[in-house]
Parts: sequence; C-alpha cells; structure tokens
Amino acid sequence: MKILVPVKRVIDYNVKVRVKADQSGVDLANVKMALNPFCEIAIEEAVRLKEAGSATEVVAVSIGPVAVQEQLRTALALGADRAVHIETTLNLDSLQVAKLLAKVVGEEQPGLVILGKQAIDSDNNQTGQMLAALTGMGQGTFASKVALQDGKVAVTREIDGGLQTVELSLPAVVTTDLRLNEPRYASLPNIMKAKKKPLDVKAADSFGVSLTSNVTVVKVSAPAVRQGGVKVESVAELVDKLKHEAKVI
Amino acid sequence: MAILLIAEHNNQHLKGETHKVVQAASAIGGDITVLVAGANCAGVAAEAAGIVGVSKVLVADDAIYQHQLAENIAALVTELGKNYSHILAAATTTGKNFLPRVAALLDVAQISDVIAIDSADTFVRPIYAGNAIATVTSTDSIKVLTVRPAAFRAAETGNNAAIENIAAAADAGMSRYVSEELTKSERPELTAARVVISGGRGMQNGENFALLNGIADKLGAAIGASRAAVDAGFVPNDMQVGQTGKIVAPDLYIAVGISGAIQHLAGMKDSKVIVAINKDAEAPIFQIADYGLVADLFTVLPELEQQLG
Repeated sequence: MKILVPVKRVIDYNVKVRVKADQSGVDLANVKMALNPFCEIAIEEAVRLKEAGSATEVVAVSIGPVAVQEQLRTALALGADRAVHIETTLNLDSLQVAKLLAKVVGEEQPGLVILGKQAIDSDNNQTGQMLAALTGMGQGTFASKVALQDGKVAVTREIDGGLQTVELSLPAVVTTDLRLNEPRYASLPNIMKAKKKPLDVKAADSFGVSLTSNVTVVKVSAPAVRQGGVKVESVAELVDKLKHEAKVI
Repeated sequence: MAILLIAEHNNQHLKGETHKVVQAASAIGGDITVLVAGANCAGVAAEAAGIVGVSKVLVADDAIYQHQLAENIAALVTELGKNYSHILAAATTTGKNFLPRVAALLDVAQISDVIAIDSADTFVRPIYAGNAIATVTSTDSIKVLTVRPAAFRAAETGNNAAIENIAAAADAGMSRYVSEELTKSERPELTAARVVISGGRGMQNGENFALLNGIADKLGAAIGASRAAVDAGFVPNDMQVGQTGKIVAPDLYIAVGISGAIQHLAGMKDSKVIVAINKDAEAPIFQIADYGLVADLFTVLPELEQQLG
C-alpha cells in the first residue's frame, strides 16, 4: 500500500511573527521557514507504517514556489521514498489545495493519505477534511493513534471531551494531532541520501483545476496589545487586588 | 439572508457553544434555522428552540447521527445547506471535523474560527497562533464559517421557535463508530468556565495538580493545562489550552508554573484578567499577565486556597 503525505512549508513555529506596516500580511522576508510541525508528525507516522511492513511506499507532496522543495527534501530525509512538487507562486486557499491534492490522489492511488490537522500559519484546519470530501473517502481527523488491519484503519481521535475511535474503510484520509508520535530527526547521512531521491515537479496549472479563490484578505492587523500588568509581593496582595481592583472573584 | 446553524450537543443536552454561535449568527442578520442531528435528541431540539434569535429548529433524528460522524453529518448538511446563504457551526472538534467537508462538497471556501462579524460577507479571524488578525471577505454564494465560541457571548434563552422533523440522508457507509473514552469531571467545561486555573511543567507531576482542586472549587473554576504538562503525561490532553488545544477567554485566568510560550498564549490571551504564578521572574507569561506573583507555586497554592476562604 502506498501512503501519500501532503506537507506544507510554513514560518518556523518559534518565530514571533510581525505584521507588515501596510497591513497587507505578515512579514515573511528573511524569516526562518520550516516543515509545519503537524506535517512532520504525518511523515513520521507514514514512515513508521512502512517500517512496520504495512506500507510499501511513502510519497510526499507539497504545493508552492520552488522553495518548498527544501521541505520536500526534509520529508525525504525523514524517510519518504519520493516527492512531488506542484509548483505555483499563487497563495492558494485550502479548497484549491484540496482540489490539487485530489488530482494527485487520482494519479497515485494511495491506500492512505496522512496530513497534519492544521498549518500553523493559516490555522485553518480544513485541507484534510476537504480532500476526503472531494475524493469520497472517510476521514479520521485529529488522530492520536492509527491502526491498520484487514483493509480498514482504526483511528483514535482527540475530541473535546476525551478520545473517540472510528473505523474507516480504505482508502481513507487521516489528519494528525500532536500526540500521534514524536517525529525523528533527520540524520546527516539521510540528508545526503535524500538529495538523490526522486523529486518530480509539475505545474499547478497543468491539473485543470481552477486556482482562484473567492475569499480575499482585506487586511491583516496586529492583535490588541495587552497592557503590561503589575507584580504583586504576596498572596494576600494578589487576592486583595482580584477582589477589589479587578473584581473577578 | 437565511442562516443554517448546526447545533452542538451530546444527544441529551445542547452545549453552551451553540448559544454563542447563535449570537454570532444574529450579527450577520437574517432568519436563523438550527439543525439538530442526533439520535433520540428531542430534548436537544427543545433547548435549541428556546434560544432567542432562532426562528426554526430542524431535527434529523436517526441512529446514524448518534456519534456525529463527519461523513454522515456532512451529507445531510450539504443537502440542506444549498438553500441557505450562510452555514455556521462552533469551532469545536465536532464543527472543525464536519464543516470543511460540507464546504468542499458545496465547492465553496470555509472561513475558520471567526472572532468577529463585520458584515454578511466580511469576517475577522486570527492567524499565526493569534499573532495576527485577518479581515477577509468572501464572494462565495454560500458562506461556510466556524465560529470561535470564546469570542461571542451566549444568546439569551426564553424563545419558542417551531420544531420540524426532517428525514435523514442515506448512510455514507465509509466510517463506523467504535468507542469513546470521555474524561469524567464535575467541574465546569473549560471553554465555558468563568474562571480557569491552569498548570504547566512547573507542577512537576500529575499528583501535584491536586493542589489546584481546592482553589478551583472555591472559585468555581475549570482546570486547564499547558502542552508541556499534557506531553509529560501529568493530565489528559483534553485539558490543553493553546493553539492546538482549547481556546478560552474567561473573566479570570490563573497560569501556574506556565512559562507562556506563543502556542499557549494563543489559547488564553483574550482572557479578561490574567494572573501568573511563576518562580522565574523572566518568564514571558509576566509580559501579558495583569497580576504576577514571582514565587514558588508549592508555597503559593496552599496559601491562596486558604485566603480564598
């Protein structure tokens, strides 16, 4: 069985983002970029399934400018077998991304697609669900455990009140939550080997998918800044302030 | 304008998030229809009909909706949704699960985690873990939105909307519910609590979280946790507050032994009053805390419990 893992290049999660002065977006010039943390977990899960003998091939795919090849090489160094780069300089929304991925699913015919639950830049949490809809597959979102057996996949999901387990017929779409696994580091020899692994480049407009979105960003502003507070000296002072100044208890 | 709003419930009771989404829907303006899809959920429908602002409640009562599997709920909502200008659900794990599926089936975008409604087609939402706020406008024929409950107050009750039963859609047959493991708690739900007290890595172990119980009891607070505390196995993951956990905005948030990483702040920085208790005076949490106490939590917590009388 083949596993397809869509990955995204995003701003490094440790970077404190800055909103541009003209409110057109956030400043991404000269900022450290990385593989989205949830995508890293998705790659790790796919590689573990391959190591366990449940999968035969792991294919990583990413959509964006040439720079995303850097993240695809990371995915290859982590254990993916080959990569597909869908090249575009457009800033696509989840729906357009899901439509392109649905075409890749059509070409590659994977038994399982594993994505991160959300990208830490747009914080949308949509692509996996949309891809499942467009390909008519079942979905196991926010997975903290994935178990393959007898042509089905059991997914334990992190839900608001606790955990829920669902069973899906394959092929299916799974999106990863933080606690699914602890991703490995790419070793230097594996980084070197990853440079020789196949990476296909395809133009996004060659898929026959409309890439225009009906959603436009009007402006991006900085959130309201909280006023720096005071430090109190004792518990008694804290309780007094909460009672009489803030009036919250 | 016609708005379809999908109720959040556990088949017995409507969840508080739904009242908040109704409030958001009222800001769009137009007729609000609430869909209750579940099994033996007549009680939920009656509760939904009682929310001020709701004009009609549709009930799809069928065993296939008992566990709110995305494939089945999405099929139903997609079919109904074609007659509406807006489709709304709470940005909870349930809403986040099925609504993007609906949007894709309708071939429209989804706008996630809306925190303010500017107009019927312009919405405000946080991006980059809440470090930037985007205003977006949509020309899609149907606007599909998840709403952040913490950003809206709950709509009042005291209404008596009409309730209408509708037929279930066909079972999609792609997925099957296996089991559920819910955390039992007598405390208020995190996302609805007026006061939240959270512990972080500084709590050192799971047993020490008991130090928060007495304080939580006295304040009627919910207990939360940082990702560090969850990852270390101190407490279950559904207690996590942050970008990837729950987003809360209580009147009072008390952060104990939490340094204040960007991802944690994303989940609580809209709280009205923030208190930080940390022995590291340089911890970033103090930059956003209204009241900070630099001290060892193991001496502070018992003292605080005592002084709350």
